[in-house]
Amino acid sequence: MSTHAMSANAATSGAHADEFIVREDHHPENGTMLGFWLYLMSDCLIFAVLFAIYGVVGSNYAAGPSPADLFDLDIVAVNTAMLLLSSITYGFAMLEMARKRTQMTLIWLAITGVFGLCFIGIELYEFHHLIHIGAGPQRSAFLSAFFTLVGTHGLHVSFGLIWLVTLMTQVRKHGLTTENRRRLSCLSLFWHFLDVIWIGVFTFVYLMGVLR
Amino acid sequence: MSTVNPHLDAHGEDTRNFHGHDDGHGDGHGEAHGSFKGYLTGFLLSVVLTAIPFWLVMEEVLPSKQLTVVIVLAFALVQVLVHMVYFLHMNTQSEGGWNMLALIFTLILVVITFAGSLWVMYHMNENMMPLSVHEAKNLP
Repeated sequence: MSTHAMSANAATSGAHADEFIVREDHHPENGTMLGFWLYLMSDCLIFAVLFAIYGVVGSNYAAGPSPADLFDLDIVAVNTAMLLLSSITYGFAMLEMARKRTQMTLIWLAITGVFGLCFIGIELYEFHHLIHIGAGPQRSAFLSAFFTLVGTHGLHVSFGLIWLVTLMTQVRKHGLTTENRRRLSCLSLFWHFLDVIWIGVFTFVYLMGVLR
Repeated sequence: MSTVNPHLDAHGEDTRNFHGHDDGHGDGHGEAHGSFKGYLTGFLLSVVLTAIPFWLVMEEVLPSKQLTVVIVLAFALVQVLVHMVYFLHMNTQSEGGWNMLALIFTLILVVITFAGSLWVMYHMNENMMPLSVHEAKNLP
Protein backbone atom coordinates (compact mmCIF):
# COMPACT_ATOMS: atom_id res chain seq x y z
CA MET A 1 0.00 0.00 0.00
CA SER A 2 2.78 2.33 0.95
CA THR A 3 4.82 1.46 -2.11
CA HIS A 4 1.78 1.94 -4.26
CA ALA A 5 1.26 5.45 -3.00
CA MET A 6 4.92 6.27 -3.30
CA SER A 7 5.03 5.14 -6.90
CA ALA A 8 1.85 7.09 -7.56
CA ASN A 9 3.49 10.04 -5.92
CA ALA A 10 6.61 9.64 -8.01
CA ALA A 11 4.64 9.19 -11.24
CA THR A 12 2.62 12.32 -10.81
CA SER A 13 4.98 14.32 -8.67
CA GLY A 14 4.06 17.93 -8.66
CA ALA A 15 0.49 17.21 -9.69
CA HIS A 16 -2.14 18.44 -7.31
CA ALA A 17 -4.83 15.86 -7.98
CA ASP A 18 -3.37 12.95 -5.98
CA GLU A 19 -2.72 14.88 -2.81
CA PHE A 20 -5.59 13.28 -0.93
CA ILE A 21 -4.30 9.78 -1.75
CA VAL A 22 -0.97 10.57 -0.22
CA ARG A 23 -2.53 12.07 2.85
CA GLU A 24 -4.73 9.04 3.40
CA ASP A 25 -1.91 6.58 2.90
CA HIS A 26 0.16 8.32 5.51
CA HIS A 27 -1.71 6.55 8.31
CA PRO A 28 -0.87 2.85 8.06
CA GLU A 29 2.90 3.18 7.75
CA ASN A 30 3.38 -0.32 9.05
CA GLY A 31 0.39 -2.34 10.15
CA THR A 32 2.45 -4.50 12.51
CA MET A 33 2.96 -1.81 15.12
CA LEU A 34 -0.73 -0.90 15.20
CA GLY A 35 -1.69 -4.58 15.35
CA PHE A 36 0.72 -5.21 18.18
CA TRP A 37 -0.63 -2.20 20.02
CA LEU A 38 -4.14 -3.66 19.68
CA TYR A 39 -2.84 -6.94 21.14
CA LEU A 40 -1.40 -5.01 24.09
CA MET A 41 -4.75 -3.31 24.62
CA SER A 42 -6.50 -6.68 24.76
CA ASP A 43 -3.83 -7.84 27.20
CA CYS A 44 -4.61 -4.73 29.20
CA LEU A 45 -8.22 -5.94 29.44
CA ILE A 46 -7.05 -9.32 30.80
CA PHE A 47 -5.15 -7.52 33.53
CA ALA A 48 -8.10 -5.20 34.20
CA VAL A 49 -10.30 -8.23 34.88
CA LEU A 50 -7.66 -9.79 37.14
CA PHE A 51 -7.32 -6.50 39.02
CA ALA A 52 -11.10 -6.37 39.37
CA ILE A 53 -11.17 -9.93 40.79
CA TYR A 54 -8.44 -8.99 43.25
CA GLY A 55 -10.37 -5.85 44.19
CA VAL A 56 -13.53 -7.87 44.84
CA VAL A 57 -12.13 -10.82 46.81
CA GLY A 58 -8.88 -9.21 48.00
CA SER A 59 -10.15 -8.83 51.55
CA ASN A 60 -11.61 -12.35 51.92
CA TYR A 61 -8.86 -13.87 54.06
CA ALA A 62 -10.83 -16.97 55.22
CA ALA A 63 -9.32 -16.39 58.68
CA GLY A 64 -5.90 -16.65 57.05
CA PRO A 65 -3.04 -14.17 56.73
CA SER A 66 -3.67 -10.62 55.45
CA PRO A 67 -1.43 -8.65 53.07
CA ALA A 68 0.13 -6.78 55.99
CA ASP A 69 1.21 -10.15 57.48
CA LEU A 70 2.68 -11.49 54.26
CA PHE A 71 4.16 -8.76 52.08
CA ASP A 72 7.74 -7.63 52.51
CA LEU A 73 7.89 -4.18 50.91
CA ASP A 74 11.71 -4.20 50.79
CA ILE A 75 11.63 -7.11 48.35
CA VAL A 76 8.88 -5.44 46.32
CA ALA A 77 10.92 -2.23 46.14
CA VAL A 78 13.95 -4.16 44.84
CA ASN A 79 11.73 -5.95 42.33
CA THR A 80 10.28 -2.65 41.13
CA ALA A 81 13.79 -1.28 40.72
CA MET A 82 14.78 -4.31 38.62
CA LEU A 83 11.86 -3.86 36.25
CA LEU A 84 12.39 -0.11 35.97
CA LEU A 85 16.10 -0.57 35.26
CA SER A 86 15.31 -3.19 32.62
CA SER A 87 12.92 -0.70 31.03
CA ILE A 88 15.55 1.98 30.60
CA THR A 89 18.23 -0.45 29.42
CA TYR A 90 15.79 -1.68 26.76
CA GLY A 91 15.33 1.95 25.82
CA PHE A 92 19.10 2.28 25.40
CA ALA A 93 19.07 -0.84 23.22
CA MET A 94 16.45 0.82 21.01
CA LEU A 95 18.61 3.97 20.76
CA GLU A 96 21.62 1.87 19.70
CA MET A 97 19.38 0.08 17.22
CA ALA A 98 18.42 3.45 15.72
CA ARG A 99 22.16 4.16 15.34
CA LYS A 100 22.54 0.73 13.66
CA ARG A 101 25.18 -0.48 16.11
CA THR A 102 24.57 -4.21 16.37
CA GLN A 103 27.09 -5.00 19.10
CA MET A 104 25.92 -2.28 21.48
CA THR A 105 22.28 -3.23 20.86
CA LEU A 106 23.09 -6.81 21.83
CA ILE A 107 24.92 -5.71 24.97
CA TRP A 108 22.02 -3.55 26.17
CA LEU A 109 19.56 -6.34 25.35
CA ALA A 110 21.66 -8.73 27.43
CA ILE A 111 21.67 -6.31 30.36
CA THR A 112 17.90 -5.99 30.01
CA GLY A 113 17.64 -9.78 30.12
CA VAL A 114 19.73 -9.95 33.29
CA PHE A 115 17.48 -7.43 35.05
CA GLY A 116 14.42 -9.35 33.83
CA LEU A 117 15.88 -12.59 35.18
CA CYS A 118 16.52 -10.92 38.54
CA PHE A 119 12.89 -9.80 38.61
CA ILE A 120 11.60 -13.29 37.87
CA GLY A 121 14.05 -14.82 40.36
CA ILE A 122 12.97 -12.51 43.19
CA GLU A 123 9.30 -13.09 42.38
CA LEU A 124 9.75 -16.88 42.36
CA TYR A 125 11.57 -16.62 45.69
CA GLU A 126 8.64 -14.63 47.11
CA PHE A 127 6.10 -17.15 45.80
CA HIS A 128 8.14 -20.05 47.13
CA HIS A 129 8.37 -18.37 50.53
CA LEU A 130 4.60 -17.74 50.65
CA ILE A 131 3.71 -21.31 49.67
CA HIS A 132 6.30 -22.62 52.13
CA ILE A 133 4.70 -20.83 55.10
CA GLY A 134 1.27 -22.14 54.11
CA ALA A 135 0.02 -19.04 52.27
CA GLY A 136 -0.36 -20.72 48.90
CA PRO A 137 -3.07 -19.98 46.33
CA GLN A 138 -5.50 -22.45 47.93
CA ARG A 139 -5.38 -20.79 51.36
CA SER A 140 -7.95 -18.03 50.75
CA ALA A 141 -9.73 -16.10 48.01
CA PHE A 142 -7.34 -13.22 48.61
CA LEU A 143 -4.31 -15.44 47.97
CA SER A 144 -5.91 -17.10 44.92
CA ALA A 145 -6.50 -13.69 43.37
CA PHE A 146 -3.03 -12.52 44.38
CA PHE A 147 -1.25 -15.48 42.82
CA THR A 148 -3.37 -15.25 39.65
CA LEU A 149 -2.74 -11.54 39.13
CA VAL A 150 0.95 -11.38 40.04
CA GLY A 151 1.59 -14.80 38.47
CA THR A 152 0.06 -13.71 35.16
CA HIS A 153 2.31 -10.68 35.14
CA GLY A 154 5.33 -12.86 35.95
CA LEU A 155 4.36 -15.24 33.15
CA HIS A 156 4.27 -12.31 30.73
CA VAL A 157 7.76 -11.24 31.82
CA SER A 158 8.99 -14.84 31.41
CA PHE A 159 7.67 -15.02 27.87
CA GLY A 160 9.18 -11.60 27.23
CA LEU A 161 12.55 -13.02 28.29
CA ILE A 162 12.19 -15.99 25.92
CA TRP A 163 11.29 -13.53 23.17
CA LEU A 164 14.31 -11.39 24.11
CA VAL A 165 16.74 -14.31 23.85
CA THR A 166 15.16 -15.35 20.53
CA LEU A 167 15.61 -11.87 19.11
CA MET A 168 19.20 -11.63 20.37
CA THR A 169 19.98 -14.82 18.47
CA GLN A 170 18.22 -13.43 15.39
CA VAL A 171 20.11 -10.14 15.56
CA ARG A 172 23.45 -11.90 16.05
CA LYS A 173 22.77 -14.15 13.08
CA HIS A 174 21.18 -11.73 10.61
CA GLY A 175 22.06 -8.29 11.96
CA LEU A 176 19.70 -5.36 12.38
CA THR A 177 17.56 -6.06 9.34
CA THR A 178 14.23 -4.33 8.80
CA GLU A 179 12.40 -7.38 10.12
CA ASN A 180 14.54 -7.59 13.25
CA ARG A 181 14.15 -3.89 13.91
CA ARG A 182 10.39 -4.26 13.65
CA ARG A 183 10.45 -7.23 16.04
CA LEU A 184 12.62 -5.34 18.51
CA SER A 185 10.16 -2.43 18.37
CA CYS A 186 7.30 -4.82 19.19
CA LEU A 187 9.18 -6.30 22.12
CA SER A 188 9.97 -2.76 23.26
CA LEU A 189 6.26 -1.98 23.46
CA PHE A 190 5.62 -5.30 25.24
CA TRP A 191 8.40 -4.76 27.77
CA HIS A 192 7.43 -1.19 28.67
CA PHE A 193 3.78 -2.22 28.80
CA LEU A 194 4.63 -4.87 31.43
CA ASP A 195 6.33 -2.16 33.46
CA VAL A 196 3.12 -0.10 33.29
CA ILE A 197 1.13 -3.10 34.58
CA TRP A 198 3.66 -3.52 37.38
CA ILE A 199 2.94 0.05 38.53
CA GLY A 200 -0.65 -1.06 39.06
CA VAL A 201 0.46 -4.24 40.83
CA PHE A 202 2.81 -2.66 43.34
CA THR A 203 0.40 0.17 44.03
CA PHE A 204 -2.89 -1.69 44.20
CA VAL A 205 -1.73 -5.04 45.58
CA TYR A 206 1.35 -4.40 47.68
CA LEU A 207 1.23 -0.80 48.92
CA MET A 208 -2.54 -0.63 49.40
CA GLY A 209 -2.53 -4.16 50.81
CA VAL A 210 -0.09 -3.21 53.52
CA LEU A 211 -2.08 -0.03 54.21
CA ARG A 212 -5.34 -1.94 54.67
CA MET B 1 9.90 1.29 13.00
CA SER B 2 9.00 2.70 9.65
CA THR B 3 11.37 2.78 6.75
CA VAL B 4 9.43 5.49 4.99
CA ASN B 5 10.95 8.91 5.18
CA PRO B 6 8.45 11.45 6.44
CA HIS B 7 9.44 14.00 3.83
CA LEU B 8 8.94 11.47 1.02
CA ASP B 9 5.31 10.64 1.53
CA ALA B 10 3.89 13.63 3.31
CA HIS B 11 2.89 16.91 1.84
CA GLY B 12 4.24 20.20 3.09
CA GLU B 13 2.25 20.66 6.28
CA ASP B 14 2.78 17.14 7.58
CA THR B 15 6.50 17.28 6.97
CA ARG B 16 6.84 20.36 9.08
CA ASN B 17 4.79 18.73 11.82
CA PHE B 18 7.01 15.68 11.87
CA HIS B 19 10.20 17.66 12.08
CA GLY B 20 8.84 19.71 14.90
CA HIS B 21 8.39 16.52 16.89
CA ASP B 22 11.53 14.58 16.04
CA ASP B 23 14.21 17.17 16.43
CA GLY B 24 16.51 14.91 18.42
CA HIS B 25 17.25 12.32 15.74
CA GLY B 26 16.74 13.14 12.14
CA ASP B 27 17.35 9.74 10.56
CA GLY B 28 13.80 9.30 9.42
CA HIS B 29 12.68 6.36 11.55
CA GLY B 30 9.48 7.95 12.71
CA GLU B 31 8.72 8.67 16.32
CA ALA B 32 9.05 5.19 17.83
CA HIS B 33 12.59 5.40 19.18
CA GLY B 34 12.55 8.42 21.42
CA SER B 35 15.78 10.05 22.48
CA PHE B 36 18.36 9.52 25.19
CA LYS B 37 17.12 12.62 26.99
CA GLY B 38 13.53 11.36 26.80
CA TYR B 39 14.38 7.95 28.25
CA LEU B 40 16.47 9.51 31.01
CA THR B 41 13.72 11.99 31.90
CA GLY B 42 11.18 9.19 32.04
CA PHE B 43 13.48 7.05 34.16
CA LEU B 44 14.26 9.78 36.70
CA LEU B 45 10.59 10.78 36.96
CA SER B 46 9.65 7.11 37.46
CA VAL B 47 12.27 6.67 40.21
CA VAL B 48 10.90 9.68 42.08
CA LEU B 49 7.27 8.66 41.49
CA THR B 50 8.02 5.14 42.78
CA ALA B 51 10.21 6.09 45.72
CA ILE B 52 7.76 8.56 47.27
CA PRO B 53 4.79 6.12 47.58
CA PHE B 54 7.06 3.37 48.98
CA TRP B 55 8.51 5.85 51.46
CA LEU B 56 5.03 7.06 52.48
CA VAL B 57 3.83 3.51 53.15
CA MET B 58 6.96 1.99 54.66
CA GLU B 59 7.71 4.83 57.06
CA GLU B 60 4.04 5.56 57.78
CA VAL B 61 4.67 9.24 57.27
CA LEU B 62 1.06 10.42 57.19
CA PRO B 63 -1.28 9.88 60.14
CA SER B 64 -4.31 9.14 57.94
CA LYS B 65 -4.40 5.90 55.94
CA GLN B 66 -7.16 7.27 53.70
CA LEU B 67 -4.99 10.18 52.67
CA THR B 68 -2.01 7.89 52.03
CA VAL B 69 -4.14 5.67 49.75
CA VAL B 70 -5.30 8.66 47.74
CA ILE B 71 -1.77 10.03 47.36
CA VAL B 72 -0.32 6.61 46.42
CA LEU B 73 -3.01 6.13 43.76
CA ALA B 74 -2.38 9.62 42.40
CA PHE B 75 1.35 8.89 42.10
CA ALA B 76 0.60 5.61 40.28
CA LEU B 77 -1.65 7.42 37.81
CA VAL B 78 1.01 10.04 37.08
CA GLN B 79 3.67 7.35 36.68
CA VAL B 80 1.52 5.45 34.19
CA LEU B 81 1.24 8.65 32.16
CA VAL B 82 5.02 9.19 32.38
CA HIS B 83 5.63 5.65 31.08
CA MET B 84 3.09 6.13 28.29
CA VAL B 85 4.75 9.32 27.08
CA TYR B 86 8.48 8.64 27.62
CA PHE B 87 8.75 4.85 27.21
CA LEU B 88 5.82 3.85 25.00
CA HIS B 89 6.08 7.14 23.01
CA MET B 90 2.34 7.66 22.96
CA ASN B 91 1.09 10.76 21.28
CA THR B 92 -1.95 11.72 19.28
CA GLN B 93 -0.04 11.33 16.00
CA SER B 94 1.37 7.80 16.30
CA GLU B 95 -0.11 5.42 13.73
CA GLY B 96 -2.30 8.22 12.49
CA GLY B 97 -4.12 8.53 15.81
CA TRP B 98 -5.34 4.92 15.88
CA ASN B 99 -3.07 4.08 18.81
CA MET B 100 -4.70 6.79 20.88
CA LEU B 101 -8.19 5.78 19.79
CA ALA B 102 -7.57 2.14 20.79
CA LEU B 103 -6.10 3.30 24.09
CA ILE B 104 -9.07 5.51 24.93
CA PHE B 105 -11.49 2.72 24.03
CA THR B 106 -9.54 0.27 26.21
CA LEU B 107 -9.43 2.71 29.11
CA ILE B 108 -13.21 3.13 28.94
CA LEU B 109 -13.64 -0.66 29.04
CA VAL B 110 -11.15 -0.93 31.92
CA VAL B 111 -12.99 1.68 33.95
CA ILE B 112 -16.36 0.02 33.31
CA THR B 113 -15.01 -3.44 34.16
CA PHE B 114 -13.10 -2.38 37.23
CA ALA B 115 -15.42 0.18 38.80
CA GLY B 116 -18.49 -1.86 37.80
CA SER B 117 -17.17 -5.05 39.41
CA LEU B 118 -16.26 -3.34 42.66
CA TRP B 119 -19.56 -1.45 42.81
CA VAL B 120 -21.80 -4.41 42.01
CA MET B 121 -19.98 -6.92 44.18
CA TYR B 122 -19.90 -4.53 47.12
CA HIS B 123 -23.69 -4.38 47.04
CA MET B 124 -23.94 -8.14 46.53
CA ASN B 125 -22.30 -8.62 49.90
CA GLU B 126 -25.03 -6.55 51.51
CA ASN B 127 -27.69 -8.87 50.11
CA MET B 128 -26.01 -12.19 50.90
CA MET B 129 -27.97 -14.91 52.68
CA PRO B 130 -27.52 -14.79 56.44
CA LEU B 131 -24.70 -17.01 57.59
CA SER B 132 -26.10 -18.13 60.95
CA VAL B 133 -29.38 -18.43 62.86
CA HIS B 134 -28.32 -15.54 65.03
CA GLU B 135 -27.79 -13.32 62.01
CA ALA B 136 -31.09 -14.47 60.49
CA LYS B 137 -32.96 -13.44 63.62
CA ASN B 138 -31.34 -10.03 63.69
CA LEU B 139 -31.81 -9.04 60.07
CA PRO B 140 -31.74 -5.27 59.59
